[in-house]
Amino acid sequence: MPPRAPKRKSAPPNSLSVTSSDGSSVSSKAKTKGFVRIDRMFDSYANSSLGMIDPDGIEALCSDLGVDCTDVRILMLAWKLKAQRQGYFTQDEWRTGLKELRVDSISKLKKALPELEKEVGKPSNYDSFYSYAFRYCLTEEMQKSVDIESICELLNLVLGAQFRPQVDLLIEYLKVQSDYKVINLDQWINFLRFCQEINFPDLENYDATQAWPLILDNFVDWMREKHSSF
Amino acid sequence: MNRKIIGLEEGLGYMQDGITKIERILEGRPEPPFNSEEYMKLYTTIYNMCLQTPPDDHTQQLYDKYRQAIQGYITSTVLPSIRAKHDEFMLKELVKRWANHKVMLRWLSHLFYYLDRHLIACRSLPSLKEVGLLYFRDLVYRDVHVKVRDAVITLIDKEREGEQVDRALLKNVLDFFVEIGMGQMNRYEEDFEAHMLQDTGAYYSRKASNWILEDSCPDYMLKSEECLKKERDRVGHYLHSSSETKLSERAQHELLVTHVNQLLDKEHSGCRVLLRDDKVEDLSRMYRLYSKIPLGLKLVADIFKQHITAEGIALVQQAEDAASSKASNAAAGVQEQVLIRKIIELHDKYVEYVTDCFENHALFHKALEEAFEVVCNETVAGSSSAELLTTFCDNVLKKSGSEKLSDEAIEETLEKVVKLLAYISDKDLFAEFYRKRLARRLLFDRSANDDRERSILTKLKQQRGGQFTSKMEGMVTDLTLARENQANFEDYLRSNSAARPGIDLTVTVLTTGFWPSYKSSDLNLPAEMVKCVEVFKGFYETKTKHRKLTWIYSLGTCHISGKFEQKTIELIVSTYQAAVLLLFNASDRLSYSEIMAQLNLTHDDLVRLLHSLSCAKYQILSKEPNTKTISQSDYFKFNSKFTDKLRRIKIPLPPVDERKQVVDDVGKQRRYAIDAAIVRVMKSRKVLGYQQLVSECVEQLSRMFKPDIKAIKKQIEDLITREYLERDKENANMFKYLA
Repeated sequence: MPPRAPKRKSAPPNSLSVTSSDGSSVSSKAKTKGFVRIDRMFDSYANSSLGMIDPDGIEALCSDLGVDCTDVRILMLAWKLKAQRQGYFTQDEWRTGLKELRVDSISKLKKALPELEKEVGKPSNYDSFYSYAFRYCLTEEMQKSVDIESICELLNLVLGAQFRPQVDLLIEYLKVQSDYKVINLDQWINFLRFCQEINFPDLENYDATQAWPLILDNFVDWMREKHSSF
Repeated sequence: MNRKIIGLEEGLGYMQDGITKIERILEGRPEPPFNSEEYMKLYTTIYNMCLQTPPDDHTQQLYDKYRQAIQGYITSTVLPSIRAKHDEFMLKELVKRWANHKVMLRWLSHLFYYLDRHLIACRSLPSLKEVGLLYFRDLVYRDVHVKVRDAVITLIDKEREGEQVDRALLKNVLDFFVEIGMGQMNRYEEDFEAHMLQDTGAYYSRKASNWILEDSCPDYMLKSEECLKKERDRVGHYLHSSSETKLSERAQHELLVTHVNQLLDKEHSGCRVLLRDDKVEDLSRMYRLYSKIPLGLKLVADIFKQHITAEGIALVQQAEDAASSKASNAAAGVQEQVLIRKIIELHDKYVEYVTDCFENHALFHKALEEAFEVVCNETVAGSSSAELLTTFCDNVLKKSGSEKLSDEAIEETLEKVVKLLAYISDKDLFAEFYRKRLARRLLFDRSANDDRERSILTKLKQQRGGQFTSKMEGMVTDLTLARENQANFEDYLRSNSAARPGIDLTVTVLTTGFWPSYKSSDLNLPAEMVKCVEVFKGFYETKTKHRKLTWIYSLGTCHISGKFEQKTIELIVSTYQAAVLLLFNASDRLSYSEIMAQLNLTHDDLVRLLHSLSCAKYQILSKEPNTKTISQSDYFKFNSKFTDKLRRIKIPLPPVDERKQVVDDVGKQRRYAIDAAIVRVMKSRKVLGYQQLVSECVEQLSRMFKPDIKAIKKQIEDLITREYLERDKENANMFKYLA
C-alpha cells in the first residue's frame, strides 16, 4: 500500500508502545507508577532519619485506618508484610506487603483488612500467623522466650476472639503461677493446640502422660482443683 | 512221588479237626496235645493244598473256613461265657478268654502258616492272626467293653476308699484295652481312660468339697499330697503310663485348683497364718503341691509378698511411734538403729524361706524383692530410708558407735547393709548422705578404723559400680595423704624458724571434687589463727603453685585452755566456738551484736554457737538474762566460776541439719542426670515418641534414683529451648534430635 502523506505532525500513538517524553516504556512506567503511590504512603508514615516506619508512624497509620493500635489486624498486617522487627516496617517490607494486598492507598488498605483477616484465618496460614505472633515479640538479639505479661496480652489479642473461655482462664493461671517467668515458642505453639484439641471446660480428653508441656499439665491440675472446690 | 490232589471237602475236614482239637485243649477238656505226626500231616496238607493249581485251588475256601471257625467259636463259647459273669468275675473270665484267644491264634498261625503266607502274598488279605483279633474285637469287645470299664472303675474307687483290690487283674484288663486297639491307643483312651478320668474328677470333687469345709489347711494339704501320691502309684501298678499326666492333672485340679482360694485364705490355718506362725514344713508342702500349678503358686507368692510387706511396715510404724513419743534426739537415733537391724533380720529370715521352703523359685525371689522395695522406701519421722541407712552405717563405722560387734559380725552387717541398698530407690540420696557422714567421721577422727571404711566401700563398689564409690574412696585417700602432708609441714616448720605459727597447727588438705560442698565462711579469725593460716600458705606454696586453698573453718577443731578460778580445764571446741571464746580475752562482757560484728557470722550460726557455750551442759559463758534461749539483746561474760571434775572436756556443737542441703544437692544432681539421660537417648535414637523417651530415661536412671516424670518433662522443655531437641511438626508427641 503506498504510504499516505502524514496528516498529523506528531507520531500517531501505537497501542503497543508509546514513547513518553523521557524515553522510558509504558510498562515500567506503570510499575513505577504503582510503587510511587505505595512509596508515597510509606514516606508519609516513615521516620525520615531512620528510613523506616517506626512506632509513631504505626500509631498514625492505625489512626488513619480507624483501628486501635493494639488491634489484632495490625499484627496481621505485620505478618503479611513479614515484618522482622516489632514496631517497625522497612520500605521493602512495606512495598512487598502492600503489593500483595494490591493496595496503594489508605482507603484501599482499610477496605482490604477484612480480606486479610479471612486470609489469616485459613488453616494453611493460621499456624504461620500464630508462630509469627510469638516471634514478633522477641525484641532482643538471642531472645528465645517472652515474659508472662506480654504472653497474656498476646494470647488475648490472637486467640481471644476464637477461644474466649480458654484464654481467660489460661491468662488467670499464668498470672498466679510461679513456676515459669517466661514462655518459649514450643509452649506457645502448644497453647493453640490445647485450645483446638481439648474439650472445654471439662478437659475430659487431656492426657498428662502425653507430651503436653508441663505448664499445661499444671494448668489442667489447677483447673480441676478450681472446679472441685465448688 | 506223585502228589495226590487233596479235595476241598477233605481239606476242610482236616482244618476243622485241627481247630477243634485246639479248642478242646484250651477249654481244658481231656485232649491229648498234638503229636509230631499229626502236626506234620496237617501242616503239609495245607501246604500242598496251597500249591494246588486250579481247578483244585481252594485256598480261598480254606481261608473262609478258618474265619467261620473262629467266628463260630467266639460266638458260641467265648462271648457267652463272659456275658454269663459279672463284676470281678467277668473281668477274670475276660482276661482268661483273651489269653486263650491269643494262644489259639498263635498256634493256628503256625499250623496254617503257608496259608497265611500264600494269601497275604497274593491277595493282600488280613493275616490269620489279624482276622482272629478283629473278630474278638468286633464280637466280644464291642459287646462287653462298657460293662468291663464300669467294673474296672468300680474297683479303682474301691481301692481309693482303702480296700484291697486285685491289681494284677486290673493290669491285665487294661493291657487288654491297649492291645485290642491293635496298634492304636484309641480304644484305651476313648473307651476307658476318658471315663476313668471323669470318674476320678467326680470322686475328688466330692472329697474336696467335704474336706475343704472340715479340715484345716495343713490337714487338707496332707490329704491331698497322699491322694496324689496314690494316684501316681496307681499308674505304676496297673494304669497305662500315658495316663499319668492326665490323671495327676485331673486329681490336682479338683483337690488344689477348684478350692485354691478357700484353702489359702482359711481363717485360722491358711497361708497367712502359716507364715505368721512360721510353719515351715506346711509351707514347704504348700510349695510342693502348687509348684506345678502356676496360678496357684502365684497366689501363694502374692500372700508371701503381702505378709513380708505387712511385717516390714509394722516395724516402720513401731519406729515411727517410738520416735514421735520421745522428744530427745538420742532416743530417735536409737529407734532408727533398731529399725534397720530389724529390717536386716526380717530380710535374713525371709531369704531363708525362699531358699528352704520355696526352693529358690523365681516367683518368690521376686515377691521378696517387691516387698522390700516397699518397706525400704518408707520414711520414718521425716527421715528417708536412705538417710536411716547411712545413720546406721555411721554407727557401725564410728568409734563411739552403738554397735559393739566383733570384726566378723561387722563385716556381715556391712554386707547386709549393702544388700538392703539394692531395694532403696533413691540410691543417689544414700550416696550423698553417706559422703556427709563419712566426711564427719574422717575429719573429726571418729572413724573406728580405716579397714572397715575401705571394706564397705569395696562392697558398695561391687554392688553398685565404681562410679558410685569413686568420690568416697577419694575422701579416704585424701586423709592418708593429709597425714603425710602434715609430716612434711612439721619438717618445714622445724627447718624454717621464721615460720612460726605460735600454736600447734594441723592442716588437712582436701580435694574439692571428692568432698561434699561446704560453705566457705567469712569468719573473722582470731589473730592467732590468722598467723597460722599465713604460715601454712607459705608452706603449701613451696609444694605447688597451681592449687587454690579455700579454708573451711567450720570443720576445724581447737584445743583451748580455759583458766577458770578453780582450775584450768582444756576445752575441745570447734574453731568457731574458739573464735567466740577468744573474744573474751580482750573484753569482759560482750553483747550479742558486738560478738556478731566482730566475728562476721550469720544469726543462725551465732545462736547455735552461743547456745552451745552458755545454755547447754557446760556453761563456759554466762548469759544475761539467764534464760535457756539466745536472743539478740543478750549479754555474755566469761564464766570464771565454771568447773568440772575432768581436766579436759569436749563442748559439743550440734551440727546443722544437713538434710535440706543434701536433698537440694541431690535435686540438682538429678536435674543434670536427667538432662544427660535425655540427650543420650535422643542422640542414639534420633527420633522418638514421648512415652518411649520417658520410659528409656527412667530405665537408665533407675540405677541411682526413681525420676519424677514431671522433672523429665521439664528437662525436655529445657532442651527444646536450648535447641537440642525439637517437637515434630506433624506429631506433637514425637521429638527429634537436633545435631
